[in-house]
Amino acid sequence: MSTTESNGTGGSVASQVASTNGTKASSAKKGSPVGKAATWADERLGLATAAKKNLRKVFPDHWSFMLGEIALWSFVVLLVTGVFLTLWYRPSMAEVTYTGAYDQMRGLHVSEAFASTLDLSFDVRGGLLMRQMHHWAAMLFIAAMMVHLLRVYFTGAFRKPRELNWVIGCLLLLLGTLEGFTGYSLPDDMLSGTGIRAADGFVKSIPVVGTYVSFFLFGGEFPGDSIIPRLYTIHVLLIPGLLLGLIAAHMLLLVYHKHTQWPGPGRTEENVVGYPMLPVYAAKAGGFFFIVFGVTALLGGLFTLNPVWAYGPYDPSKVTAGSQPDWYMGWPDGALRIFPGPPLEYSFFGVTLSLNVFLPIIVLPGLMFTILLLLPFIESWITKDKRDHHLLERPRDAPGRTATMVALMTFYGLMWMAGGNDILAIVFDLSINQITYFLRVAVILGPILAFIITRRWCISLQRKDNEDLLHGYETGIIMRSAQGGFSERHEPLPLDKAYALTQRDPDQPVALERATDENGVPSPTTRSGRIRHRLSSYLHGGGIATPTREELEEAHAHAAHEHELEPAHDGASDRSLTARGENTPH
Amino acid sequence: MRLLNRSAGRLTRGRRGPLAGLVVLLLGLLMTGGLYSAFAPSQQAAADQASADEELVAQGRELFLVGCAFCHGKNGEGIETSDGQQLGPVLVGVGAAAVDFQVGTGRMPLAAPGQQGPAKKQAYSDEEREALAAYVASLGPGPAIPSEEDWSLDGLTEEEQEEAVVRGGQIFLTNCTACHNFAGSGGAMPEGGYAPNVRETEEEYVYEALLTGPGQMPSFSDGNLSQTEKRDVIAYLNSIDETPDYGGFSLGSLGPVVDGAVTWIVGIGVLVGFAVWIAAHTTRTDRKKKGQVTT
Repeated sequence: MSTTESNGTGGSVASQVASTNGTKASSAKKGSPVGKAATWADERLGLATAAKKNLRKVFPDHWSFMLGEIALWSFVVLLVTGVFLTLWYRPSMAEVTYTGAYDQMRGLHVSEAFASTLDLSFDVRGGLLMRQMHHWAAMLFIAAMMVHLLRVYFTGAFRKPRELNWVIGCLLLLLGTLEGFTGYSLPDDMLSGTGIRAADGFVKSIPVVGTYVSFFLFGGEFPGDSIIPRLYTIHVLLIPGLLLGLIAAHMLLLVYHKHTQWPGPGRTEENVVGYPMLPVYAAKAGGFFFIVFGVTALLGGLFTLNPVWAYGPYDPSKVTAGSQPDWYMGWPDGALRIFPGPPLEYSFFGVTLSLNVFLPIIVLPGLMFTILLLLPFIESWITKDKRDHHLLERPRDAPGRTATMVALMTFYGLMWMAGGNDILAIVFDLSINQITYFLRVAVILGPILAFIITRRWCISLQRKDNEDLLHGYETGIIMRSAQGGFSERHEPLPLDKAYALTQRDPDQPVALERATDENGVPSPTTRSGRIRHRLSSYLHGGGIATPTREELEEAHAHAAHEHELEPAHDGASDRSLTARGENTPH
Repeated sequence: MRLLNRSAGRLTRGRRGPLAGLVVLLLGLLMTGGLYSAFAPSQQAAADQASADEELVAQGRELFLVGCAFCHGKNGEGIETSDGQQLGPVLVGVGAAAVDFQVGTGRMPLAAPGQQGPAKKQAYSDEEREALAAYVASLGPGPAIPSEEDWSLDGLTEEEQEEAVVRGGQIFLTNCTACHNFAGSGGAMPEGGYAPNVRETEEEYVYEALLTGPGQMPSFSDGNLSQTEKRDVIAYLNSIDETPDYGGFSLGSLGPVVDGAVTWIVGIGVLVGFAVWIAAHTTRTDRKKKGQVTT
């Protein structure tokens, strides 16, 4: 693939090569200190060779390409604030007497972890701001990863050659979630203790090995005194290390594959049209870092997050109404809340098998994650599309794909609601039981309905695009004919818009392979071929093909002819009416 | 002297007479009666008090028959519906404190039957509430209306007050937060019920709720949580009301669900807005420099 990178700035360069027409040979200027330093570094590190290529690297410009950046920059905020927190936090479950500044807890026997979290909040200057920034950044980190994931999926950016980067992204999402959970557990307040207690229960629900795994994790029976030091090591060393490595791999692959771009004039599968890294993208991305940092700081300064002083120290006898995990764990929690209990808990030979816990909280998230991981491979298996794709598709141009993700999102959202069922009940004055009954049905029917509606919606939008291409867009100008009839004037789409709309693959189902060859021998791939054909015709059938060149030309000729019959259109005549009440010159 | 002796002799002469005992008895009775009437409280006042109480109870009964008897029965005996449900529970023995709580917070009389009577503006005047409480208290022994001394921290040293707050916090976190949430913001109960926000509840009513256990709430009688412990809980609630929101806006203190909503709506909303803004403001290659001639 070529990296022909053009953005229209080349025109004036030629005229700027020679700025003087002097007769004497020019002498080398004395180097500036910056230049000297750069030379010094280049001679030792060979920076120029690497920089020459990468500083001119071209990135296409679109707001949706910056969503992953939100995740990246909030990760940087997490690293910075996290280092600050480690300077004061003590990952120990040893019992101490709290003697800090918070009146309502003074004199209590609490764990060192809790006491140091209170100290961070009340006795370390700026500590509470840092704690809250760290937590808000974590919430934003995972939210931004998900928004980025949705963008990548809806635009088809996960297709070959980027499937592996999709897998890395999914792993980042999983690790980010685990990182969030371990961090949530560290302050040892009532809420985090409840979270660990719940996690212990989840692990114990695993058949056969559950109890052993739980004892292994906790170093004995819950809560023990080693879970917090262990989670701390995982939180500050293991997972951040993995995250850093995977983020590096994610970005290296991004550079290697080059960024995808929207179709448009001059944009092909062979090039990237956009702006260079330096100065444009360095400035944009660098600026965006400060914006993310600023937004996180504002959230941390303005909104309370995890008020550990109000929760108090954890002790297994205490629990609070509204005990929820952070939002990214909300949907498995919701599944657990609405999953029917009694018929799924068995007890035999003194062994309890809690499928009512095991299925929603261990199996379901694992299943959903596997589906997420496999989405690119499932799609390429169905479509048999093994080509490289660097041009994006708009969500409407792949109705089956878009509908699949909307169905998954609907499932996720409904599970999310279930996770907050008690808050929904008190805020909206509903019965928590009825919310549960409703959601038990809705999590099954909702995604199906969402799939059907989204798919039809996308196809309708395709029709609308074709309509615009063939008959022009609606101008809002109302014309009155000589006979007194009114009609709205349509204008042909601007050329680049028309180009973007027509530059897409027809979304056609895969044809059924022949069941038998000419000699009547059954094809060995018939079965998978049939499944593929059926899935494909459901996912990709019904799509509208873009108009052909002939159709477009014919439509334009027709439109031009029609316009000739509209003398009022020039605006000179007082018989033309416009929607804005003024004559629009054309 | 003789005369004196004579008269004395005349007096003592009768001391063994048949009427002497009677006379002494009469004198004794007269003295006791006189002393009693001199020192004993006025019979009239006691009678007045008793008749005032009776009047209050009678007045309360009048109000009860109009406003409460429909569900609770004419004598507070409760009414059972045909399907075994209760229209209104038995009020014998609930005490004046229960009436003071239910009527004072506007929960009773109910505006409509439902899972739970919401707190609203009090329907009766304070005097009427007192009369109702007196009437219900007269039905059977129950907890009386507590007074401010029961929950006041006055008279404690500053150190004792601080200890009371810390103790109260632990009692609150152990016994109350499971339904009322860690900050007392309230929580959901089955079938549309809810544990109300206790930070918006007056001290008197918090105490009475603990004492009487209204609705689905368990009753924390004095044997369960002593008067001092109830006082400490109220002290803790007051203290968290007085402490500032250290972390900024508390967002209703409802826990992580609201925080998640803020992350998505405020955080991601603002950042995506900025992304759109940054992408829309890009280098303009067609912008002419000052004085430059277009080629």
